[in-house]
Amino acid sequence: MKHYEVEILDAKTKEKLCFLDKVEPNATIGEIKSMFHRTHPQWYPARQSIRLDPKGKSLKDEDVLQHLPVGTTATFYFRDLGAQISWVTVFLTEYTGPLVIYLLFYFRVPFIYAAKYDFTTSKHWVVHLACMCHSFHYMKRLLETLFVHRFSHGTMPLRNIFKNCTYYWGFAAWMAYYINHPLYTPPIYGEQQIRLALILFLFCQIGNFSIHIALRNLRPPGSKTRKIPYPTKNPFTWISLLVSCPNYTYELGSWLGFTLMTQCLPVAFFTLVGFIQMTVWAKGKHRSYLKEFRDYPPLRSPIIPFIL
Amino acid sequence: MSAAAQGTSKAAHGDVAPKKKKGPGALATAYLVIYNVVMTAGWLVIAVGLVRAYVARGSYHGLYYSIEKPLKFFQTGALLEVLSRVFLTWAVTHSVREVQSEDSVLLFVTAWTVTEIIRYSFYTFSLLNHLPYLIKWARYTFFILLYPMGVTGELLTIYAALPYVQKTGLYSVTLPNKYNFSFDYYTFLILIMISYIPLFPQLYFHMLRQRKKVLGRTEDYSKVE
Repeated sequence: MKHYEVEILDAKTKEKLCFLDKVEPNATIGEIKSMFHRTHPQWYPARQSIRLDPKGKSLKDEDVLQHLPVGTTATFYFRDLGAQISWVTVFLTEYTGPLVIYLLFYFRVPFIYAAKYDFTTSKHWVVHLACMCHSFHYMKRLLETLFVHRFSHGTMPLRNIFKNCTYYWGFAAWMAYYINHPLYTPPIYGEQQIRLALILFLFCQIGNFSIHIALRNLRPPGSKTRKIPYPTKNPFTWISLLVSCPNYTYELGSWLGFTLMTQCLPVAFFTLVGFIQMTVWAKGKHRSYLKEFRDYPPLRSPIIPFIL
Repeated sequence: MSAAAQGTSKAAHGDVAPKKKKGPGALATAYLVIYNVVMTAGWLVIAVGLVRAYVARGSYHGLYYSIEKPLKFFQTGALLEVLSRVFLTWAVTHSVREVQSEDSVLLFVTAWTVTEIIRYSFYTFSLLNHLPYLIKWARYTFFILLYPMGVTGELLTIYAALPYVQKTGLYSVTLPNKYNFSFDYYTFLILIMISYIPLFPQLYFHMLRQRKKVLGRTEDYSKVE
């Protein structure tokens, strides 16, 4: 068996960082990253970007050495992606915040509202309902992170956790402040409005969960394969016929429901900002589906059927 | 925040423009030239207005009124202006009548005016590929004085507006209301003032670095224009 020699250069300075000899032809990039890590302990595999070209795309961990367009002495370029943190850690942190913070406002912990309201409860039943819905939503997200989602990438840059937590925690505090305020005004159309909002919210929560399960089943455990999502027997997944990212569609619906339920402008803002971000992601996902799969159904739009 | 803030990003473009191989098309150039000439003229009008009003009144009280209309027009008409300029003009100076007679208003209007005249003539000349060194030098030197002057004027104006905002509850929304939302303009203004602390030094030192880069290599550039 002919062995390969692998040299790894710094993508910016072109300095030779590592030389590996007697590398098996069927070695993967992931294994090469482990070997590189041994010679440079500060660069754990998750923060290594290995490419064929200094300005090219990163190679995947699963790529096999002998299938790459390299000679028996392979030259790779390395770029440091910076400190990394696992997706699971980020999700757990960013979702636990809103759960806890909202409850602080709900229970009217001291120093938020006037002292005479400390530890009192709102007299409006919709406020209790809103707390249940908000808490349910984030507990669902936490459980999905632990038991449902299968992530393509293990990690993301560390600075993302500060950005993401500021967003989620900040908005949660802002919304919770008004909903649980002693001077809160319940929805104009009263019980009718709240009932409709609750139905919309629950419908979309179930829908969102159904999509997450369907996506999970699309991908075998431990793998990173990508396939076109199709509707399953579950009616909540039939929307996949019309949109590429039905999980985002349902998420938007949930927050519209919550906005209607609380009739609170900060909630509307949060919904709007989330919608904009999800639309950007959905369009990106839609584009990469189109690029990756020749037979991608043309009827589908990224996030809103026929419109967006 | 003030003139130099735009100067920061514009400076980078100002450097790049002469070196670009493909310039803007003829129509775009014509539009830009006209735009910049108009802006120069507009700010000259304001400057002249200020001088005349001072001469006529013998003092600089009430100067704001003399240039109010063109200032509002040229301020809001300038699509490229940073939000802070529009904010200072409308949300503070216009909205709070009491600050309009303040000396601090004169301070930042003067700073902006001089900066803008220099800046727009700089762009006009650049587009016509004939940039006198004097204009470039002025653009990258005057800010040293004008930027702190403008920032001081802006901060003093906002500070002067505070008591009136608090007393009248200007632009503020209180609970309860059916949107379950509130906004305290007074607190907002204080936060704006605080934001000057991290931003001003950053922009100022950036401009100083730009100056060293642009004016440091005068031998290379002065002949090119």
